[in-house]
Amino acid sequence: MRFGVVVFPGSNCDADCYHAVKDVQGQDCEYIWHQQSKITGFDALVLPGGFSYGDYLRTGAIARFSPVMPAVVDFARQGGLVIGICNGFQILLEAGLLPGAMLRNKSLKFICKPVNLKVLNNDTPFTNQFNQDEVIEIPIAHGEGNYYCDPATLGELKDNGRILFSYCGPEGQIGDDHNPNGSLNHIAGITNKEGNVLGMMPHPERCSESVLGGTNGYGIFASMINWLKEARA
Amino acid sequence: MAELSYREMGLSDDEYQLVLDIMKREPNYLETGMFAVMWSEHCGYKNSRPLLKNFPTEGPQVIVGPGENAGVVDIGDDQALVFKIESHNHPSAIEPYQGAATGVGGIVRDIFTMGARPIASLNSLRFGEIDDVRVQQLFAGVVAGIAGYGNCLGIPTVGGEVYFHPCYRGNPLVNAMCVGLVNRNEIALAVAGEVGSPIMIVGAKTGRDGIHGATFASEELSEASAEKRPSVQVGDPFMEKLLIEACLELIKEDLVAGMQDLGAAGLTSSIAECASKEGRGVQVDVALVPRRELGMSPYEVMLSESQERMLIIPRSGCENRIQEIFDKWNLDATVIGQVTGDGMFRVLEGEKVAGEVPVAALTDSCPVYRREGEEPPYYQEKKAMSLTNIYAENPAAAILKLLASPTIASKRWVYTQYDHQVMTNTAVVPGKGDAAVLRIKGTGKGVALTTDCNSRFVYLDPRAGGALAVCEAARNLACVGAKPLAMTNCLNFGNPEKPQIYWQMENAILGMAEAARALDTPVVSGNVSLYNETADGAIYPTPVVGMVGLLEDLEQRCTMEFKAEGDIIVLLGNSSRELGASEYLYLCHGIEGGEVPQPDLQQEKRLIDLLQELIKQEVAVSAHDISDGGLAVCLAESAIQGKIGCRIDLPADGGQMTGLLFSEAPGRAVITVKPANLGKAQELAANYNIAATVIGKAGGKELIYNGNGKPVAIVPLAEASQAWEETIECYMK
Repeated sequence: MRFGVVVFPGSNCDADCYHAVKDVQGQDCEYIWHQQSKITGFDALVLPGGFSYGDYLRTGAIARFSPVMPAVVDFARQGGLVIGICNGFQILLEAGLLPGAMLRNKSLKFICKPVNLKVLNNDTPFTNQFNQDEVIEIPIAHGEGNYYCDPATLGELKDNGRILFSYCGPEGQIGDDHNPNGSLNHIAGITNKEGNVLGMMPHPERCSESVLGGTNGYGIFASMINWLKEARA
Repeated sequence: MAELSYREMGLSDDEYQLVLDIMKREPNYLETGMFAVMWSEHCGYKNSRPLLKNFPTEGPQVIVGPGENAGVVDIGDDQALVFKIESHNHPSAIEPYQGAATGVGGIVRDIFTMGARPIASLNSLRFGEIDDVRVQQLFAGVVAGIAGYGNCLGIPTVGGEVYFHPCYRGNPLVNAMCVGLVNRNEIALAVAGEVGSPIMIVGAKTGRDGIHGATFASEELSEASAEKRPSVQVGDPFMEKLLIEACLELIKEDLVAGMQDLGAAGLTSSIAECASKEGRGVQVDVALVPRRELGMSPYEVMLSESQERMLIIPRSGCENRIQEIFDKWNLDATVIGQVTGDGMFRVLEGEKVAGEVPVAALTDSCPVYRREGEEPPYYQEKKAMSLTNIYAENPAAAILKLLASPTIASKRWVYTQYDHQVMTNTAVVPGKGDAAVLRIKGTGKGVALTTDCNSRFVYLDPRAGGALAVCEAARNLACVGAKPLAMTNCLNFGNPEKPQIYWQMENAILGMAEAARALDTPVVSGNVSLYNETADGAIYPTPVVGMVGLLEDLEQRCTMEFKAEGDIIVLLGNSSRELGASEYLYLCHGIEGGEVPQPDLQQEKRLIDLLQELIKQEVAVSAHDISDGGLAVCLAESAIQGKIGCRIDLPADGGQMTGLLFSEAPGRAVITVKPANLGKAQELAANYNIAATVIGKAGGKELIYNGNGKPVAIVPLAEASQAWEETIECYMK
């Protein structure tokens, strides 16, 4: 499969995502510079983490005006797989590919630590390598991961299995004690209505190899590859 | 800006006379300012240079030693590590967020200026006592500043240390270290290149921020210091991120002859340093320097310490390609002058000559002061304090008290604010090992990084304390399985013009030099921060050591936590009862005194070699050195991290146990081994002539410390964990 990692000025997990896809998963991977206005020949796009344009304004608010974004939106509308991780998630929200918005973490501090996630829907392009309700540990690293949306949107997300990951305890317990950032309904990752665009705050590329202390992130990229293979077959 | 006299700029009468002698005329305002900043301690090392000559700086592993922006050591496979530590103490004291943030920015620029990709940051921090609200504000601000800047750059902050002591109340220490990775053939040096080459400035526009920062860093802090807030620069990490990427592209394509960051003393210093290397001259026109403020004088432009600026001297014929790369990254690059052959530093303002000074006068004629030290009266007094009747009435309570000491307690509150995993190389994350370990992608290797200094040791006995800082750093690297390679240091002291402070500095440096020689860890870079004083007095002498080590095989790395019930706990090194200078004495008896445990450098070297061998042969499954809080705390930390208790038995009764539990004598570490491997461990230890004593077993949910079979202290693991993990969070809520 051929992955593209979109690079904005200030992206800083671009090389990590590239490594996770190319070296760890053994897939074709290329960087896509933010000024490119055409994207062709890709099976999946990754919007990596970082501080696009420094994120001095609202996170992702400037990146969404990058020349590459209309092409990303077209790619998604045509059913291409798009995963936005951390700042990538924030950009997808700003670009309107996903509903809702990010607030600062409840603690008002940047938080970098491993968290547990519950896989709430394993019948998706991003989670098919996991069991339903499986608990997986993936690190977070963000200052604005406190997801918010209006009640109607939340109902929509819940009713349609669009919340893929919830923060939880080691045994899958869901509650405020296990919510690192105050996110609404403990949401860690959601998809669009069609299910081909995922935004998630935790960093799967940071736990795709045992040397980094965990391999749960591997399953997310592997799910995408598996789904693409089946779609092609 | 009102005009300053030469004295207000920081020049002494004698120094000004020297300027007159060199110039053979009265220097104008700009010229005086250029001399003042270049001859400040911060840039000119005028008080420390003779002492720094004591450091060993060479070895087969050293590629570039002191004198460049950072030191470079060989890690094999044509790769090298570039590293340096630097202080940003005074700016952080008055503006903690920006002071600390720009400290990170400055040291990172030193690293990529050498052509290296920055791969990790560490920070050594010192504050007053944490129950002081003012200290909490400083602490919170500094940590947020480091996080705000480093996280945005995408450079993981993987290690460091935080100490709390009243001596740092008014003058906190913020020392930032950065480590970069470079291919040997891509190392860039700060040189001027050919006569006629253009000089470009790139990055942020120049403003009035930070004028006289270098001078400010070279004087004591006082009530008036808050008024120097304009001397503190404001950081823009996004700009720095763009500079990193653009500059590394220039290096990859081999487009530059010379590259230099603009740090302390701004354009004046970076241009002078580039030019001095090859006896070149320079001519720059301040009118061409992009400004962010109107009406700046040549003096202000030349001395501004605005952040995120770089000086580039292109290889001839590469100017257009350089411009293209900067355009791609949306960076302003402007030619402001050219390299000349006459050895003069000429500053123009349009057509007019604003100032003209020989380059060598700025860089090489800086006066050097060889001062006489004087042993302070406290030295013998404190050393002679009798500790014979000191023992813990309630050792369990003492252990909990130590675990809850903010200096010893978990720094989780700090490192969870730092992105320590970006770049996906962090194989031993903060808190898990005695040093951070990073993998080097594409090889099987790893590198280990640490910063260390116990300033109480240095205060009470500078010579021993200086050596012990080096020993601890090397021991920490060995405990993760790495071979110590080389070090950098940040020498934080009080006012060197005071003979007793100079004595501390001189002896600490001699001690460090001796240890660096014995442990084969040459000093390849460093920074000196003097005048760390307030009206309440000087800080404890704090020569922070930053050290790097190599793991040939990353798979053979070791962490500190107990791994399994039943593993045997072995004490490596002599059992010691010396309580001198310990955290225990300070915390439980209010005493800072007694004799500092003396380093045995040969024994330390053997221990360091042994630890590597035990880990390489997979005999040791955990390793943790004995330092702050002694053996009792060392065991508790391994237990807390492993969520497995332990039971140990030491050959002593009652009161005698106090020394065994809390001594901070060096040259010691605790490992655990599988029962089947105990013989192997003892055999290896014997080969290295290091005592290896079985002191107990890992297991259970309690920390049980027995003396001659009788319980002396029993601490439930849950209580120990709570004390250790929650202390700082409770204060900082």
